[in-house]
Amino acid sequence: MENYDLINALILLANFVIVPALSYGSQLALAALGITLVYAVLRFSNFAHGDLMAFGTMIAILITWLFQSWGLTAGVLPTALIALPFAMALTAAFCLITDKIVYKFYREQKSQPVVFMIVSVGVMFIMNAIVRFIIGPKDRTFFDGEKFIIKAVEFKSYTGLPEGLSIKSTQVLTIVIALITMVALFYFLQKTKMGKSMRAYSNNEDLALLSGINPDRVVMITWIIVGMLATIAGVLYGLDKSFKPFTYFQLLLPMFAAAIVGGIGNPLGAVAGGYIIAFSEVMLTYAYKKFFMYLLPTNLEPSGLMQFLSTDYKFAISFIILVIVLVIRPTGIFRGKTL
Amino acid sequence: MIEKYRTQLAFLVMALLLIIVGVAQSWSVSIGIFNLCIVSAIMAMGVNLQWGYAGLFNAGVMGFTALGGLVAVLISHQPIYEAWSIAGTGMLISLFIVIVASISIFYISKYVNSVFKKRFLIVFVILLAAIGLGNFYGPSVDLIEDINPAKTGFLGGLGMPIIFSWVAAAFAAAFLAWIIGTVTLGLRSDYLAIATLGISEIVIAVLKHEEWLSRGVKNVTGLPRPVPYEIRLQESEWFINFIEWLNSSKLSAIETVSSKQDLLNKLVIEGSSIYVKLCYAGLFIIVLAVLFFLSQLALNSPWGRMLRAIRDNEVAASAMGKNIVGQHLQVFILGSAIIGIAGAMLTTLDGQFTPGTYQPLRFTFIIWVMVIVGGSGNNLGSIFGGFFIWFMWIEAEPISIAFISLVTSGLDYGDPIKMHLIASAPHMRLFIMGAILLITLRFMPRGVIPEKVVRPR
Repeated sequence: MENYDLINALILLANFVIVPALSYGSQLALAALGITLVYAVLRFSNFAHGDLMAFGTMIAILITWLFQSWGLTAGVLPTALIALPFAMALTAAFCLITDKIVYKFYREQKSQPVVFMIVSVGVMFIMNAIVRFIIGPKDRTFFDGEKFIIKAVEFKSYTGLPEGLSIKSTQVLTIVIALITMVALFYFLQKTKMGKSMRAYSNNEDLALLSGINPDRVVMITWIIVGMLATIAGVLYGLDKSFKPFTYFQLLLPMFAAAIVGGIGNPLGAVAGGYIIAFSEVMLTYAYKKFFMYLLPTNLEPSGLMQFLSTDYKFAISFIILVIVLVIRPTGIFRGKTL
Repeated sequence: MIEKYRTQLAFLVMALLLIIVGVAQSWSVSIGIFNLCIVSAIMAMGVNLQWGYAGLFNAGVMGFTALGGLVAVLISHQPIYEAWSIAGTGMLISLFIVIVASISIFYISKYVNSVFKKRFLIVFVILLAAIGLGNFYGPSVDLIEDINPAKTGFLGGLGMPIIFSWVAAAFAAAFLAWIIGTVTLGLRSDYLAIATLGISEIVIAVLKHEEWLSRGVKNVTGLPRPVPYEIRLQESEWFINFIEWLNSSKLSAIETVSSKQDLLNKLVIEGSSIYVKLCYAGLFIIVLAVLFFLSQLALNSPWGRMLRAIRDNEVAASAMGKNIVGQHLQVFILGSAIIGIAGAMLTTLDGQFTPGTYQPLRFTFIIWVMVIVGGSGNNLGSIFGGFFIWFMWIEAEPISIAFISLVTSGLDYGDPIKMHLIASAPHMRLFIMGAILLITLRFMPRGVIPEKVVRPR
């Protein structure tokens, strides 16, 4: 098996680093897109975004349970996928209601962004309470259907290699759905009239108002998109891992890091930032011992785990990347601020 | 009329609420709430210094609180000599490496002009330090954590009275704030919020996982107290006599000796717990008073006026030659130091350090609600906010349980919906907090006790 060492090492890397990082990155990218859109159009950092994701996911879980009780499933796919469009619509409606009750007042007052930020903390409390009140603070898995696309055992027997590759269906689903969503979003922003008016509004509010763009409509569409994106991101994350309100709250840091690293306010940056944060998190916390065991001759085998940082510190990674980017290039990788 | 006596009225209502709890629940509960109210008020004053005076959004209150708690452990716990003798040298060498690396990075970034050279040298130093730490730090940590892991397994502290930690915590928090502030204060304001949010998560992660430092999630319990222990009070002659004297009328009404003794015993046990809490309350009130006096002095000094000028118009203040970033750094450090003191006091009060219990909603965002509701920019407002919001945070649970029981009183006991609602009632406190914050922001944006602008003569 001497000759296959390189292939084995690459499969190992794909199994534990590339595929998980791609799916986690897609989830982060979608979440960061929501943050960046709020920032670009409504001009504040939305602290409630993590809890909005939790809210959307909770709705999806409730609808999934309803469908399951009716005996309605999607076969090999998780039932949550059928529930997703309904959850997206409900979460978008919830966003609009929140905007009407809470944020609209401050927009009319022309309050400072920092006031909006504090208001979003209040909204965060309330959303958090609603989610915990309805579904409880416990960990929940709502995945059903076929779990694996490729199982490690099957892969081994098929290829005859000692190293197995397993790909979970949720990982592929995440990547596919995220790609579709991003393409649709960029098409909307670049090609449609509404998307163009959103970009114009984000770039220069006064000029956009002068050219007859209706600001209320722009804000409304933004909230609808943000609610839908948050639901998709939340459901994909919940399917891939599990749903726990507190975890979603804690995602706030990597999400913001992704948005800022890419250049806050810039959708392309949010996507890039999501993948950058995810890949660094996974790559820096992976123990490379086995990888080097395949590549190096036996007498050079590493003694330790060859892990840069223990998984306990994955928050630190998004933070350190954030700080490095802010110090070297404060506007983020793709100069942020407008759509 | 109400406008004029707003402050007095607010505090009167607060005192009444505490008295109601004292009468209705018990005085022990009421004084317990009062003590935590003071700690919250101090934290709120720290945040008020940063937000109310200078307009800085610090979303990392939890990190500074936890750091204060860690300092309390490190100052007061007995040193574990065994751990020091086995791995002390290794740890000291690691510390030395970290310090040398930090100093060299500082000087490289200051004196090397070429950007490329600078970055190359910094990466080089970090790599060298990482190799050095790998050789000394890792093995020492394993050695320390292997010593009696069920009881110690860490380096221990200095074995000094825990009161000293209140001062030390201020310095530790100030140092952390200096590092964060130097990096992030020059940037846009929301970045400070995200950066501090990140730092606080990292501080908690370190405290949870570095077991050689403070036993991580295994917690440190039984920290020494600055006040007497209940059990010793119950045995001491003077305390029993004191309680007897306090309740002499009640006791003399009882005829038989044995039931008299039973009642006295009960009263002594109850009294000892109240006495201990009152001792804490006394200590805390002194700290609160000193900090309030200093903050008030700072607010009305030229320094305070300059900060408010910077807050209200950075461009104009900068044109007058004020160093905005420098002043922000100063006030950020001072505010964080106050939060650190409160953190150490909290751990002192609990008598234990439990990193797992630090949660951002409870330790960061609640403090923000306190400052906003109390009135940003006003120290009395922050104190009131600290008292009122902490009171609501504690009492929200019984209130929501009572409310839900009332609403669902039509349903049978054991009904699944009713059981779910009652089990979920504690989460209503988050809802109440959010609602209080949003209502204040909407209808009373300057808070219950608004900022007063004092004009110098």
